[in-house]
Amino acid sequence: MALKTEEMTLNLGPQHPSTHGVLRLELKLDGEFIVDVIPHIGYLHRCFEKHAEAMTYPQIIPYTDRMDYLASMYNEFGYVVTVEKLLGLEVPERVEYIRVIMGELQRIASHLVALGTYGADIGAITPFLFCFRDREKILSLFEMTSGARLLYNYIWIGGVARDLPPDFLRLTKEFIVYFRPKIKELNDLLTFNKIFIERTANIGILPKDVAVNYGITGPMLRASGMKWDLRKDDTYSVYNKFDFDIPVGEGRMGTVGDCWDRYFVRILEMEQSLKIIEQAINQIPDGDVTSAIPKRVKPPVGQVYVRVENPRGELGYFIVSDGTLNPKRIKVRAPSFVNLAVISKLCNGHMIADVIAILGSIDIVLGEVDR
Amino acid sequence: MKEYFNNIYLAFSTIFIGMMVTFKHLFVPAVTIQYPNVKPQLPSRERNRLYVNMDDCIGCDQCARACPVNCIEIETVKSIPGEDLGQTTNGKRKALWVTKFDIDIAKCFYCELCVFPCPTDCIYMTDVYEFSEFERDNLIYDFVPLTEEERIEKKENHEKFMAEKAAQKEAELKAKESKNNSQDKK
Amino acid sequence: MIFDFFTKLTGSEISASIISALLPLFLFVLPFALIAVLLERKVSAHIQDRLGPMRVGYHGILQTLADILKLIQKEDIIADSNDKPLFNIAPVLVFAGSYAVFAAIPFTSSYIGSNINLGLFYIIGISGIVVIGILMAGWASNNKYTLLGAMRSAAQLISYEIPTLMIVVTILMITGTLNLNELTEMQSGFFWNWMIFGGQATGIAKILLIPFMIVGFVVIYISTLAEVNRTPFDISEAESELVSGYHTEYSGMKFAIFFLAEYANMFAVSAIVVVLFFGGYLSPIGYLGNTLGLPWLIPVEQLLWFTFKGVAFVLVQMWLRWTLPRLRVDQLMAICWKYLIPIAFVNLLIVGLITLI
Repeated sequence: MALKTEEMTLNLGPQHPSTHGVLRLELKLDGEFIVDVIPHIGYLHRCFEKHAEAMTYPQIIPYTDRMDYLASMYNEFGYVVTVEKLLGLEVPERVEYIRVIMGELQRIASHLVALGTYGADIGAITPFLFCFRDREKILSLFEMTSGARLLYNYIWIGGVARDLPPDFLRLTKEFIVYFRPKIKELNDLLTFNKIFIERTANIGILPKDVAVNYGITGPMLRASGMKWDLRKDDTYSVYNKFDFDIPVGEGRMGTVGDCWDRYFVRILEMEQSLKIIEQAINQIPDGDVTSAIPKRVKPPVGQVYVRVENPRGELGYFIVSDGTLNPKRIKVRAPSFVNLAVISKLCNGHMIADVIAILGSIDIVLGEVDR
Repeated sequence: MKEYFNNIYLAFSTIFIGMMVTFKHLFVPAVTIQYPNVKPQLPSRERNRLYVNMDDCIGCDQCARACPVNCIEIETVKSIPGEDLGQTTNGKRKALWVTKFDIDIAKCFYCELCVFPCPTDCIYMTDVYEFSEFERDNLIYDFVPLTEEERIEKKENHEKFMAEKAAQKEAELKAKESKNNSQDKK
Repeated sequence: MIFDFFTKLTGSEISASIISALLPLFLFVLPFALIAVLLERKVSAHIQDRLGPMRVGYHGILQTLADILKLIQKEDIIADSNDKPLFNIAPVLVFAGSYAVFAAIPFTSSYIGSNINLGLFYIIGISGIVVIGILMAGWASNNKYTLLGAMRSAAQLISYEIPTLMIVVTILMITGTLNLNELTEMQSGFFWNWMIFGGQATGIAKILLIPFMIVGFVVIYISTLAEVNRTPFDISEAESELVSGYHTEYSGMKFAIFFLAEYANMFAVSAIVVVLFFGGYLSPIGYLGNTLGLPWLIPVEQLLWFTFKGVAFVLVQMWLRWTLPRLRVDQLMAICWKYLIPIAFVNLLIVGLITLI
């Protein structure tokens, strides 16, 4: 006679060490096995989109910083590109190069957090601190440029707030030289560790077609084997002037689109970002960075949607302008939000420990999920 | 069977490589600093606590309008003729008494948007970052150098002046009217 | 021996046994836990390019004392839905289980809490109490996370007893005694007489034994690591999954007791490995007391050697903890049942054949 069993509901979060913020996952468990995962979001909702309607266009920039607080530069970048398209504004080339350098540095910083916290999720604390140590170096570069370490308000409509400080390019080059061996060290310590591979390979497999159907973007989509990067496929700014590859998941340790692939794609992307920064430093022209900043941002009536490749995926801004100083409506297509939707599909049949691994490999930022 | 031993070999070799990495780091000098004893060298663009140099402020209200969180509150009173408020360092003549310049630093989110529009560069961000308080009210910074009485006095002066001006105007008007009336009568 | 000494001093066997039972607690376990907690923090800090505690005392050496003072002052929170009696007994049981192990561990040739002939057997039996304590803590907390942690822990401890026992049996086949004092004395001489180098065996048998002894040592080290719930086997605490596992709900001194038990356990299992494979309290190079003609110095030296060897293994445990990620429950079981137990069995068989030579 079979024993009578029942499902257990486990409330993972909103206060939990590894939900990366205030995400609440309602787990239906059969012993330690997952029957169903229901994500509950909204604990960090700050009405960004509604709030923006009461702000002037330049005033919104600090608020975009606070959406994805690990990739502030890129949020500004996307927003600014959108408003410039709405205004029909041409920006000086030096500004574009500065933006690309900042954006790619931010991508490395963001991936470092993703990889480090992923290590901590799997149980290895040391890689986490190593990643943060290197991220601090990037933040110091940002600090000397913009004055802030996390929420920069540096990329402005039509330009950047200030020109690069004189030491910046030299220090960035030094950082690249410093950082390349650190990637190898991280690989030695964590990536190719047998326990880590056991924990992540063949876990949470996301096939390509499912990824496309769910609208997954960014490293997660690329890990599923789809070569799709907006920097190349729908190019913006000056990305077409650089030579870089788009790493995709190959299923080296298990199946294409598993957690390990998602992790490793980020490591490869960091290397590509370093390559882009190197080229940008060598090519950056001189010029004035504030000349194109408009005194009053008053776009014509109309609407625009622009998407950029945020460290987490496709970050899209949809802005409706009614010809006043304030936007009539702003909608953000947040990559974390869309990527998170697939979690219940990924977790089925896995164990509790795998939910943490899968959640970490999605790399969500709750500030962006809830906005 | 081959996979079995390969797994064992991989486990031991990768664990050994990882342990070598951590062992090397045992002898790497720490990257952290002992914060309150050792303070980091901050770059010159550091964006921390706001400061207003009231000698240069002309009370134009541009910073308050630029602020996305409305943490700056400014009230001004026009000076009366005969009062000389002096000039700012970049040669602008001051015409307003600033009777209220409050920055609620608890609301401030350090975006620096207020700094750029300032015509006299009198509001700027400093590198002071240690200013916690036990009372939230203490975080509302008052930058006006005038005493409470002086502020009231300035306001009263202005009101008096305006009243006098109004009275004068009225008197003039009356005089005019009476003139007109007398002219009409003629 | 110490027990006779106290019997003479106090004139009663009961008080003497109480004193000699408490002696390792106050002279060894508590100071060791204090130092080990600090050591763990310092090791982890330096591995991670940090400095660790630096405020209390020189380089933070008094940090653990300060922490304990804080924990004593903390409110002892017992939630309404906790099963109060079990909740209160659990930490005591866990600590009792790990402390009782020290009774049979020979620290020096002249001090052993209880020199029983079934020493090894007693240690393996008594450490099973820890499982009950952990299960109790997990159940009585009335919290799903603690329950999951406790279930994992129980499964883990019971499974990993088997490879440990297999290796113990391997040693027994060579030595033929369960008395830890005798077991240690059998390895006397210089370090090549340690069990890891084949013990007192000579000639071809010794050379043949060495690789299998090393395999046995690795297996028992891994399985004892799992028995004390250290990374990579800390799934019962699993900070990133189960918040803090079975002691999530504990605060204040009760939490401190769990903590103390963990560190006491770490030393206990290291001590067992040391006694079985590394000559226990024996010096690898001879004694200063012999050369100087001071016989009383020998036990002191032995205690130092024993502590040194034990702490060395504790340090390796810490080093591993700050290097490795955590395994999953099923993988943990797979390692035990698919790798350690077969290897231990084959090892047992081969060592048995070698001893026949």
